[in-house]
Amino acid sequence: MAKTLNILQKIEAAGLVGRGGARYPTASKWASFQASLKTREIGYLVINGAEGEPGIKKDAYLLTEKTEAVVNGVYLANQFFGNDKIKKIYFFLKHEYYRDYSKKIKAVLDTKKYRALSKKVEFFIKPESPMYICGEETSIINIISGRRAEPRLKPPFPTQSGIHNHPTLVNNVETFYDISLVAADTYNGHRLYTLGGAVKHRGVFSLPAVMSVREVLQATNNYQDFDFFVMTGGEVCGELLRSDQLQAPVEGSGLIMVFDRKKTDLKKLLAYWLKFYETESCGLCTACREGAYRLRELSQQTNYDQRLFIDLLDNLEDSSFCALGSSLALTVKSMMENITKK
Amino acid sequence: MIIKINNKKYSAAKGQTILEVAREHGIKIPSLCHHPDLDVRASCRVCVVEIAGRQKLATACSTEVEDGLEVYTDSARVKKSRNLNIELIFASHIEKCATCTLRFNCTLLDLARDYGIKITRFPDRKAKRKTYKFANAVEIDGTQCIDCGNCVEACHNQGIDFLKISGHGHEQEIQPVKAKGSACIYCGQCANACPVAAAQEQGQWQQVEAVLKNKKKIVVAQFAPSIRVSLGEEFGLPYGYNCAKKINTALKQLGFAYIFDVNFGADITTMTEAEELMERINDKKAVFPMTTSCCPAWVAYAEFYHPELLPNLTTARSPHIHSAGAIKSYFARQKGINPKNIEVVSIVPCTSKKYEAARAELNYKGKPLVDHVLTTREFAYILKKNKIDLAKLPESEVEPLFNDGSGAAAIYGASGGVMESALRTAASLACAQKKTKNKLCVSRLEFKEVRGLKGFKEATVDLAGKKVRVGVVNGIAHFEALLPKLSKYHYIEVMACPGGCLGGGGQPLPTTNAIRQKRLEGMYAIDKGKTKMRRAHENKPMVEYYQWVKENKLESKLLHTKFKATNK
Repeated sequence: MAKTLNILQKIEAAGLVGRGGARYPTASKWASFQASLKTREIGYLVINGAEGEPGIKKDAYLLTEKTEAVVNGVYLANQFFGNDKIKKIYFFLKHEYYRDYSKKIKAVLDTKKYRALSKKVEFFIKPESPMYICGEETSIINIISGRRAEPRLKPPFPTQSGIHNHPTLVNNVETFYDISLVAADTYNGHRLYTLGGAVKHRGVFSLPAVMSVREVLQATNNYQDFDFFVMTGGEVCGELLRSDQLQAPVEGSGLIMVFDRKKTDLKKLLAYWLKFYETESCGLCTACREGAYRLRELSQQTNYDQRLFIDLLDNLEDSSFCALGSSLALTVKSMMENITKK
Repeated sequence: MIIKINNKKYSAAKGQTILEVAREHGIKIPSLCHHPDLDVRASCRVCVVEIAGRQKLATACSTEVEDGLEVYTDSARVKKSRNLNIELIFASHIEKCATCTLRFNCTLLDLARDYGIKITRFPDRKAKRKTYKFANAVEIDGTQCIDCGNCVEACHNQGIDFLKISGHGHEQEIQPVKAKGSACIYCGQCANACPVAAAQEQGQWQQVEAVLKNKKKIVVAQFAPSIRVSLGEEFGLPYGYNCAKKINTALKQLGFAYIFDVNFGADITTMTEAEELMERINDKKAVFPMTTSCCPAWVAYAEFYHPELLPNLTTARSPHIHSAGAIKSYFARQKGINPKNIEVVSIVPCTSKKYEAARAELNYKGKPLVDHVLTTREFAYILKKNKIDLAKLPESEVEPLFNDGSGAAAIYGASGGVMESALRTAASLACAQKKTKNKLCVSRLEFKEVRGLKGFKEATVDLAGKKVRVGVVNGIAHFEALLPKLSKYHYIEVMACPGGCLGGGGQPLPTTNAIRQKRLEGMYAIDKGKTKMRRAHENKPMVEYYQWVKENKLESKLLHTKFKATNK
């Protein structure tokens, strides 16, 4: 029975979801890309190794430790969608990753199995700034198409119209790794978690894809006995939870940062985020470009208008163009709700 | 399909956006960055609406309808977000209302009034931004820019790509590209796309106000063919309404000594250009195709991007330069006025005419033929500022020594109009030459093949037995595609702005393709109405002037111009 399943069916059976944070089912994305290619001449594959969220290290781990498996996932995708249909394959990497891992990737691509594939592989280095949005898939498409680094409206979805208006499949490095495992029937339902901050055992861990924060902390022997809180999802785009709220599942790109409550200056932490968002806004939409600027401006005033501060956050949540704006609201509001108040 | 807006049912078609459906049914959703002819960028976030079952608010401009969609345009959430976004936008736009030509037509102020916006909720943050000036024609004032990016797209759609968004986030700025191979052609399409007057003409209305007060000067006004069918929009008149005779009255009320119509000048252009066309056709060594040169943005384009084509450009001057020449020479002599005391003010749909008027080769007796150039928008502003309601004015005539031109002149402002005017006269000239050989010759009046808003139009026309291939480039972006086959043509018209002058960079806002079409219809109606004078050479006062110029050998001073490469 298992032998008759193609890779797309296997991905569907395995329930793979996007690893960037939005958790979109990989099989649906693949099916949409496949459907587009039926009526279109060519398409593009993009391996997203932008890892724009500070603190997350999983792609770095995979690119150095599991290089062959990642490349094999790309190879399988290329084979499935049709070698003649896929015009180019972009490894979209952040600068450090290109610097540190491109040699290794090229070495794998230079082996007999991948030599034909390597002819259409191109490395694309992520622009330095804005750093965050450059990891979002429609922004990647804009960048590769020679356009401004900013998100695009959807629809049309990248799988319908992406790089130079051709269908484009953007998957995370981790997704290609998982696909390689799925194909070999060795995928065990895990994903990668990055543990950071005030933990005993920092690093990248492979654990079941759906777990609560507490379970991950326990499984990695990182459950602390001091007063702490965590941030999950990312180091700047995530939700803050108290130690009594850890039944929540780990969201986003799988990061858990642990903060020692006593040693953490919440004001400094807030200032860091606000600075980050102000500099990272791509500038496209009013809510984020102006909102992030005003939030930081307000926060630097003594006795600032707290009502306005909240209104600006609500506005980001409600009317920002992309997820960056809403995550600023999530991050700051969860701090105010869960941590500062207590 | 059926959707609900504010709990009421409306029918909608697949592919329509919420904004389109709402506007079709008269439901108000405010917008700022939205322009019907540009890609939807959804950047200003002013048109946010609430959709039942969706977590975030949606922008009405970018969200396509779905069956059963329930939309709320004025819920508490919508109000809060929309108003805050407008307030944030106000803080990125330094209000220069006192001297802003869009003051009476300002989308931002309308929003503030309609929604009770506190425009000073945040401190202004762009006081130190630069203003980029392009010659004396167009500018981008960074202190007023609200970062919508419409100007960048408008410039891209013109095929020029002279503007870019530099940097990102709150520090980003609209800048001219520094690339050596790029130049602004002053077309002003950026200004047509800008919702907040950051991209705009470099105003000369203050100079005009000052000179009108100068008792030593005889200040005369002349207005271009297309503004008579567009200016009315600023005063609630229907699209395409011919308000020429009201403009005459308005100009008199403003204190101009004499009023002229550039249509008279357009007939001079047609005569000069048709003669040159026939000369080239009869000269085996002549350069082909001959191209028009009455669009100064096209001239700027050719001079910078295609200096090799400068011998192709007709040396005939453009209409307002021609009529200014007639005013400062012939008219001045008849009236016994020293031309140095005459100040000519041209009112045009165009920003690049400002640049043209300042060209040194168009000086006459030591000063420019046209001393000041106002756009349609600037003119509307002056009228409103002086509380002159154009719609209510009685009609009056232009200075009787000249007239308001032929039907051919009336269509000058539409893409294909210059071509058609020249062909009308060239066909007659060709026939006249043939008649001397005692053969029957019928010259055509209408050349409908070259009309309309298509990007490129072409025809093969018969000029007294000679087949002449003509082409019309409507919008400078369509020029490069013509280049490889250029040598196949005898005569090419190029208008930099889509639609021709009726879609010019100085026209009332909004200027959209739908509005262009209505202005166009207004123009061709004027032509039809000129039953006794639809060809330039049928304009007797113009022919008298033209002969006077030739008798006095003033052609080089009054009829012809020259060009020079600018990209060295």
